[in-house]
Amino acid sequence: MISAIRRVLAATVLALGVTHALAAEVQVAVAANFTAPMHKIAAEFERDTGHKARLAFGATGKFYAQIRNGAPFEVFLAADDTTPLKLEQEGATVAGSRFTYAIGKLVLWSAQPGVVDDKGEVLRRGAFAHLAVASPKTAPYGVAAMEVLRRLGVAEALAAKLVTGENIAQTHQFVASGNAELGFVALSQVWADGRLAGGSAWLVPAELHAPLRQDAVILAAGRDKPAARALAEYLRGAKAAAIIKSYGYGQ
Amino acid sequence: MMDAADLAAIRLTLELAAVTTAILLVIGTPVAWWLARTRSVLKGAVGAVVALPLVLPPTVIGFYLLLLMGPHGPVGQLTQALGLGLLPFSFAGLVVGSVFYSLPFVVQPLQQAFEAIGERPLEVAATLRAGALDTFFSVVLPLARPGFVTAAVLGFAHTVGEFGVVLMIGGNIPEKTRVVSVQIYDHVEALEYAQAHWLSAGMVAFSFLVLFLLYSRKRGGMR
Repeated sequence: MISAIRRVLAATVLALGVTHALAAEVQVAVAANFTAPMHKIAAEFERDTGHKARLAFGATGKFYAQIRNGAPFEVFLAADDTTPLKLEQEGATVAGSRFTYAIGKLVLWSAQPGVVDDKGEVLRRGAFAHLAVASPKTAPYGVAAMEVLRRLGVAEALAAKLVTGENIAQTHQFVASGNAELGFVALSQVWADGRLAGGSAWLVPAELHAPLRQDAVILAAGRDKPAARALAEYLRGAKAAAIIKSYGYGQ
Repeated sequence: MMDAADLAAIRLTLELAAVTTAILLVIGTPVAWWLARTRSVLKGAVGAVVALPLVLPPTVIGFYLLLLMGPHGPVGQLTQALGLGLLPFSFAGLVVGSVFYSLPFVVQPLQQAFEAIGERPLEVAATLRAGALDTFFSVVLPLARPGFVTAAVLGFAHTVGEFGVVLMIGGNIPEKTRVVSVQIYDHVEALEYAQAHWLSAGMVAFSFLVLFLLYSRKRGGMR
């Protein structure tokens, strides 16, 4: 009996050891706007390579501070192209590993149908109590949203109606719960299977704000980790590209 | 150094804590009195509800408040029907959140103070033909004064230290819902560590001083 248990234990340890050798884990910091596609990509990545991606979602600015202070992330999918560049210049990344994985699209969205028109005129009318944006201090989508308001010349008029989400996910939550009638969110958050998942929206023309180029980079902690390199490769592959596109991102 | 936004956050935080503490003393006193005196089967349930904010993560409180006070929630529909608009992203909304969040810090010290008085002084008051209200104001309040001081100080200090609930229902609006804790979080996220230090060190000093005074008073037996 005891020898049988020992044999099972030995086999289990062996099996775990074997999977461990083949399949590693990679710690990934992911910009909040990329949450939904990244869940899908990580599942495919695990199926195809055996590596497991452990995902943390949040504001790009917060991740920057955490990475600079020793957070153990190995791959960073930012919501902009400046933060990964900054990390690279500070020597916190693997040189030459930076690339653009998606181009984000900003959308003015309301959970209610008929609130947002397809020209964004609702902003000029201003007949609402709260407009949600992501924090321009820490979230690139917040910077883009403020740029759009300035270009439209309504930034001053709407300043008192702005409510700020800590990141784009919280901003979406303010609008989805109806507490803010409308807000600037990422298209990926309200887009599924090639169409708007609900409510009403205005896809902000790209010329109204600087392009939301979203860059990824392998961080210093991922230097000798095959799984980190594999994930970076996978993000550039055809399968990931199809998923990224299906959420309304450009590439 | 601190800038105008930091000072506005400090002012707002103190206002929020003061309003919350005042409301909590008014609401908390009868609740604590009832909890201290009752033999009702509901005592356990009411006591548990009062203590909930001690154990619930602020995210749970913030999430449910956002839904309850939102346009589809019962509280939100009530405030809209009353012409008050919606509470999230407003100072009033923060007050509602803070009152719930700091409830146990006011009710529990009051309840303990009321329980410590015991039956005897009340019986004596009754034999002197004092009415219920007279007894409360002439006998209970003076005897429970240390409990009121503790309750007010803890309610105030705990509201000053609030973060998660405010972050979830506040919307980070300057001079309306951006309290000190949120302002510190913003500074840290934006790598403005010098300003974060000013406010953070201020919070540490304030909190220490408040608790030091509170506990010194208890040890020294000063009333």
